[in-house]
Amino acid sequence: MTPGAPLDVQRIRADFPILTRQVNGHTLTYLDNAATSQKPRQVIESLVDYYERYNSNVHRGVHTLSIEATEAYEEARGKVQRFINAPSPESVIWTRNTSESLNLVAYSWGEANVGAGDEIVTTAMEHHSDIVPWQQLAMREGATLKIIPETETGRLDMEQAASLITERTKIVAATHMSNVLGTVNDIKALADAAHKVGAVMLVDGAQSVPHMPVDVQALDCDFMAFSAHKMLGPTGIGVLYGRPEILEVMPPWMFGGDMILEVSYEDASWNDLPYRFEAGTPNIADAIATGVAVDYLSALGMDNVWAHEQQVTAYALGKFAGLDGFNLLGPREVEDKGAVISFSHDSVHSHDLGTALDQLGIAIRTGHHCAMPLIRSHGIVSAARASFYIYNTEAEVDILVDGLIEAESYFSKAGIL
Amino acid sequence: MQKGLGDLDELYQEVLLDHYRNPRNTGRLDDPASEVDAVNPFCGDEIHMQLGMDGDTLSRISVTGQGCSISQAAGSLLSELVEGKTSEEARELRELFRGMMMGEELSDDVADRLDDNLALQGVRRFPVRIKCALLSWSALIDALDKAATAE
Ligand SMILES: Cc1ncc(COP(=O)(O)O)c(C=O)c1O
Repeated sequence: MTPGAPLDVQRIRADFPILTRQVNGHTLTYLDNAATSQKPRQVIESLVDYYERYNSNVHRGVHTLSIEATEAYEEARGKVQRFINAPSPESVIWTRNTSESLNLVAYSWGEANVGAGDEIVTTAMEHHSDIVPWQQLAMREGATLKIIPETETGRLDMEQAASLITERTKIVAATHMSNVLGTVNDIKALADAAHKVGAVMLVDGAQSVPHMPVDVQALDCDFMAFSAHKMLGPTGIGVLYGRPEILEVMPPWMFGGDMILEVSYEDASWNDLPYRFEAGTPNIADAIATGVAVDYLSALGMDNVWAHEQQVTAYALGKFAGLDGFNLLGPREVEDKGAVISFSHDSVHSHDLGTALDQLGIAIRTGHHCAMPLIRSHGIVSAARASFYIYNTEAEVDILVDGLIEAESYFSKAGIL
Repeated sequence: MQKGLGDLDELYQEVLLDHYRNPRNTGRLDDPASEVDAVNPFCGDEIHMQLGMDGDTLSRISVTGQGCSISQAAGSLLSELVEGKTSEEARELRELFRGMMMGEELSDDVADRLDDNLALQGVRRFPVRIKCALLSWSALIDALDKAATAE
């Protein structure tokens, strides 16, 4: 164990039942954490506990089960609030995932605030979820989308950012950490630039919130979107943080039960925050389980989580530096880089690599990673990606690298090198 | 003994590798009767197909693209199989090929008709790769439809 990274990885691994699974005759080596993380026993058990003991609808009954479910649901919101240091529980809105959170902003805030001639600034390293909603908004409103480019070392070009963010800019939307390059962006600097021209700062936190300490007030961002399933929680639930003053005046974008205050046959008025943005019966069980996931991460300490991942990533970068034929995307050093290593091979396509690794029980992601423009800008159509989390070890990096060497030699014998 | 990569031999059969290394019918046609781009949205594999028609006969075909060995070899194998066939026959072959990929029992007659394309049978054991093998066949149907309406 290195100082500053006191994660007891073997103990952590014991909490994840899936990690003992056999795949094609090998113990699973799970390196697809940027797509979704595995779930600890505690999270899985909280789902069973909810359905077995107190399953009930929230905010509408006076009976015991409904009171318990409502309390647990709101308590989970409070846990998320503290986890990202949001100023109030009302500034934490439950959604389905990052994508829905981003769409919520693009529809509700976007249609009210972006008009013809306005500009939306985003970056070259966004996930499709943080490009397409803005493209569509720009098309609907006659606004322009501008892209902050990537530098040669895989970082955001902050000089270009300074000239792209202008008086016409209404919103700057940037990922905190790229799911392809691993680059961690300087959100505070972008937020300052945005605020200086009166624009709002939106952060795609899908890859940062699970892996590092995130403080929305210190970053001074106005919106932050993330998904529970990438941070030990269940699928089907995500979060939108919004600065309270901004949320307060945003119109609802979905209508129905729970989000109203009063309804007549002619009209309706809207409920308070955060319920105005949570129409219909929410995802109660998964919200509660997200609270348990947050507890698990908080107990480890996000500084420790980050330190552990930096260590594994630095080790992997060192190993890749000695591998011929494999080309890394993004920063080659751990500075400003999270636990994501994307690469392509000179002559073997990433799917062929991925299928070969799967034969060895190694799960990586292959393809365009929902970032087609970025992948294409690197002159390729597909890349392979290994991404690490709290339960991954340097020994697993060795398994990956040995697997890649074995795959390469297989394809070399097959004559396609 | 832990299992190695031996099972991959079923997927990467020699015929397939040969077509991947040396794809056939890649020359572009000057005056194609139809032309389509097919993309697999899940992985980004691309196939670009051009057809030359002589009446109802598929007289020339050009297949190029970018992507994994399965998608690109399948395009090349397809081009050899359908060249010289009528559009009706080409559509029938597509049904037979799809049947093979979906795991249907193959009669001797069907196996004969699919010829070298039988080498793609091994893909069945790797279900996520089946869409790679089918990409150029769906491009073919689009291209035939386009050629038919262009007439
Ligand atoms: C950076 C980034 N943004 C957005 C998303 C979309 O997340 P979700 O699919 O949970 O909506 C992802 C997940 O792949 C991501 O990595």
